[in-house]
Amino acid sequence: MFWNMPTLGYRDVWGEFDRLQREMNRLFEPVARRARVVAEGFPPVNMWANEDEVLLTAEVPGVDPDKLEITVKNDTVILRGERPSEELKEGESYLRQERGAGTFVRTFNLPFHVDGEHVGAEYRMGILQIRLPRREEDKPKKIAVQAG
Amino acid sequence: MSETALTKQETRTPSTTLERAKQTPVYTPVVDIRENEREVLLQADMPGVDETSVQIDLEGRELTIRGTYRPTAPEGYTAVYQEYARGDYERVFTLGDVIDRDGIQAVMKHGVLHLTLPKAEEAQPKRIAVSAG
Repeated sequence: MFWNMPTLGYRDVWGEFDRLQREMNRLFEPVARRARVVAEGFPPVNMWANEDEVLLTAEVPGVDPDKLEITVKNDTVILRGERPSEELKEGESYLRQERGAGTFVRTFNLPFHVDGEHVGAEYRMGILQIRLPRREEDKPKKIAVQAG
Repeated sequence: MSETALTKQETRTPSTTLERAKQTPVYTPVVDIRENEREVLLQADMPGVDETSVQIDLEGRELTIRGTYRPTAPEGYTAVYQEYARGDYERVFTLGDVIDRDGIQAVMKHGVLHLTLPKAEEAQPKRIAVSAG
């Protein structure tokens, strides 16, 4: 209680707030460290790239690979799918429900046109990986400069 | 005896009570828990974890599920966009007395852990047949 601390001047009060804030940060730091990157939607995706292709990975646990649909057109990739909701059987009730269910759609624009013929996708341990190769005519070409 | 068969414990941070050798972030998997007369069913999302990298420990009344992270960054590629981070999974639950500790079954499929926790025989509802005297 501030009024019980007669020795605290104006500056000391703010110093006290600083101390409190540091203390709070310290307290919540483990939580902040565990918090995941906030996703744009479901499923969250990561992308890797090299000169020839982009690898897109998506965390889609519990989704049947047959229920995943990947559409590629020019520089656009659309990922559709469905995560079924568990139907409660008779006499069953939820004690806790944190996992989401339903259909999802995500659209991505790539910086190049995708060679749709050579797109590959694999699903392992709840992670979908899509290989999106750059179209041959879209690849950067090096032009040799000749001395005149 | 606790009212529900399974209660979640969140009062402690796993990483501070357990000495971790490697500096990997630890995530709390999201779960669904359903209950019926015979059993408690738990599902936990742990993408990137399979049956060889999941660990389930029962110590006293504490049921701990852990999943080990395996790096998946492809070689020769540069990360250009990131929405999710990878790390280990850990979550602790406190079991009620009604769970038959010997009958717990676990299945890992498509990155989801399915746990079946049967209720003990004596905790299941019984109807007593009345015979004519």
